[in-house]
Amino acid sequence: MSKTLIRGAKVLGGEAQDVLIDGETISEVGTGLSADGATVVEAAGQVLLPGLVDLHTHLREPGREDSETVLTGTRAAASGGYTAVFAMANTFPVADTAGVVEQVYRLGKESGYCDVQPIGAVTIGLEGKKLSELGAMHESAARVTVFSDDGKCVDDAVIMRRALEYVKAFGGVIAQHAQEPRLTEGAQMNEGIVSAELGLGGWPAVAEESIIARDVLLAEHVGSRVHICHLSTAGSVEIVRWAKSRGIDVTAEVTPHHLLLTDELVRSYNPVYKVNPPLRTERDVMALREALADGTIDIVATDHAPHPHEDKDCEWAAAAMGMVGLETALSVVQQTMVETGLLDWAGVAERMSFAPARIGGLSHLHGRPVSAGEPANLTLVDTSYRGVVDPAGFASRSRNTPYEGRELPGRVTHTFLRGRTTVVDGKLA
Amino acid sequence: MKRHLISAADLTRDDAVLILDTAEEMARVADRPIKKLPTLRGRTICNLFFEDSTRTRISFEAAEKRLSADVINFAAKGSSVSKGESLKDTAQTLEAMGVDAVVIRHGASGAPYRLANSGWIDAPVINAGDGTHQHPTQALLDAFTMRRRLVGRDAGLGKDLAGRRITIVGDVLHSRVARSNVDLLHTLGAEVTLVAPPTLVPVGVETWPCEVSYSLDEVLPKSDAVMMLRVQRERMNAAFFPTEREYSRRYGLDAARMARMPEHAIVMHPGPMVRGMEITAEVADSDRCTVVEQVANGVSVRMAVLYLLLGGSEPAVTAPSRTEETK
Ligand SMILES: [Zn+2]
Repeated sequence: MSKTLIRGAKVLGGEAQDVLIDGETISEVGTGLSADGATVVEAAGQVLLPGLVDLHTHLREPGREDSETVLTGTRAAASGGYTAVFAMANTFPVADTAGVVEQVYRLGKESGYCDVQPIGAVTIGLEGKKLSELGAMHESAARVTVFSDDGKCVDDAVIMRRALEYVKAFGGVIAQHAQEPRLTEGAQMNEGIVSAELGLGGWPAVAEESIIARDVLLAEHVGSRVHICHLSTAGSVEIVRWAKSRGIDVTAEVTPHHLLLTDELVRSYNPVYKVNPPLRTERDVMALREALADGTIDIVATDHAPHPHEDKDCEWAAAAMGMVGLETALSVVQQTMVETGLLDWAGVAERMSFAPARIGGLSHLHGRPVSAGEPANLTLVDTSYRGVVDPAGFASRSRNTPYEGRELPGRVTHTFLRGRTTVVDGKLA
Repeated sequence: MKRHLISAADLTRDDAVLILDTAEEMARVADRPIKKLPTLRGRTICNLFFEDSTRTRISFEAAEKRLSADVINFAAKGSSVSKGESLKDTAQTLEAMGVDAVVIRHGASGAPYRLANSGWIDAPVINAGDGTHQHPTQALLDAFTMRRRLVGRDAGLGKDLAGRRITIVGDVLHSRVARSNVDLLHTLGAEVTLVAPPTLVPVGVETWPCEVSYSLDEVLPKSDAVMMLRVQRERMNAAFFPTEREYSRRYGLDAARMARMPEHAIVMHPGPMVRGMEITAEVADSDRCTVVEQVANGVSVRMAVLYLLLGGSEPAVTAPSRTEETK
């Protein structure tokens, strides 16, 4: 069995400690541990986190292998410090049967860079009309517990209610993409001052907030758990805060880009800033940061959405929505949350590893404490690093990052998946 | 002046006045038996129309030909959003053909901006209308028409529209004409009021340099010019207003309403008019209505824009026209 000694890392940002990995497991955490027979990783000054978990990734396979595959997507995930990702169901074919989720699950196993936990579609073909065989997907080899029509909203209140109720039987959760479809017909960007000037179809905050309000009330009524994907407005924060104060079982995620970027960037008409939900205002960004800090928003999820170059190298209206995010997420969180004093590294570990694993029902494998006897899923971060984002160096097959040319802090130097390095010295192993 | 004309907001007051003054000189050419200037001889201009608009294309084409430019008309109708020929491919084709300027009309807001700023093409880009964003030459020809009528053809030279009260009525939400006019008229010192049902005013209008009113009758007596925007009948299907009849009752301009305007005030329309909807036939055909003049002025203004963007530091219009007269 191979041994690795991570020497002098600040575990969860705390005191410098040594962490000894033996095989797939952390065997010892302490100071002055013997390096005998172990490969040594000198980690003085670096922060050691539990392997990151992304509850919201689009891996595109099957169907859109021109933008990403399970292999390239998991390589991107490992580069970004992730050891597990949840793969969204909006593939071609849609992941609405046991067969498709098992295929994605198997491809993840074969990739070896990062665990892939498939998400199942709530409704057949994401059409919002008939429930998919949720139970069959749960009982499949993929053991699906998170269901989402992401990309589309489960807008029919009855279907949403039934889905929330039905998955209680096996501890499932519905992850809602909150977008009232009628209010967002032809929508191209956040509706407000900038859309009025640019003449781009407005995407009102209320289209998100009204669905969230409805769904937390439905969850309360039927006693179910609901998860809100990529919350993006100050109003949504208020609704979730209210719901939690009432004891409603709701969790919520925010993307890195909604913590940093605003709709002012759309003035360039550069479709790299086109995303669903759209970039909002400065006021929303500040409310989201505060909510992530105070726990109203539980987790950061990337909504990593790869698109081929030609789908972004065109006029705004014709461009696809979405941004890649796996390889920059931690840096954006460091800049917006840690360097602003809103979160410490233990707080980051909670929101990017422990909580997402818990919400997704994966906490027996991921999002585990950094202590002896635990699986060695770990991420080592050089937080003092400063670098300009160059998409040419991405492991993802796609390059549609909104951060090109931007300086961001922090760099993942090592990622360990069950004791095996997937990233060494900042490079994929 | 900037290298491209994408938005009316790109123009300073002095840029705009220079264009209007130059357009007056161009208009004089139109009164001569030979309406041609050699100014852009040997230069190639492409009219790149991704959206059908015979009126605007013909206006640009007339302007280009009067300046002796070589004209390529490229109609790529319907391919804007579909995966046919992309904007980028077309731009690169034109670049390879060595065009000296591109006049672009596109159904997608921001397409001209992308064309000018994405490194796909080097030539100056003139926006001939993009989605619901901007239509700067329309705003210029409107301002030209207002200056002539409200200040005077000769008296207006060198002047802006300071203190003039302009009312724009109709579907502001979907109107690139309204956006361009608000920007340009503000730059020229005019006071702009938008009038529309609240459903047809964009959320976010509060930062625009203008007033917003929901009552046409209150604003009419205080207007030096009233610009009626086209209102598509289909809008009522999306509940922007209940019926065509109710719209024209509340926001249409008929003779009775026109009588409430000051005597000197004019009625404008960017065309094509929907008679019986936003404007009655009686008003449209009255001599206070400048629709036909606006069309003629459009050619002069577009000549001025092309000349100023492409002519660069060459002599002013009067010089080549004198040369031509000696021939
Ligand atoms: Zn989504």
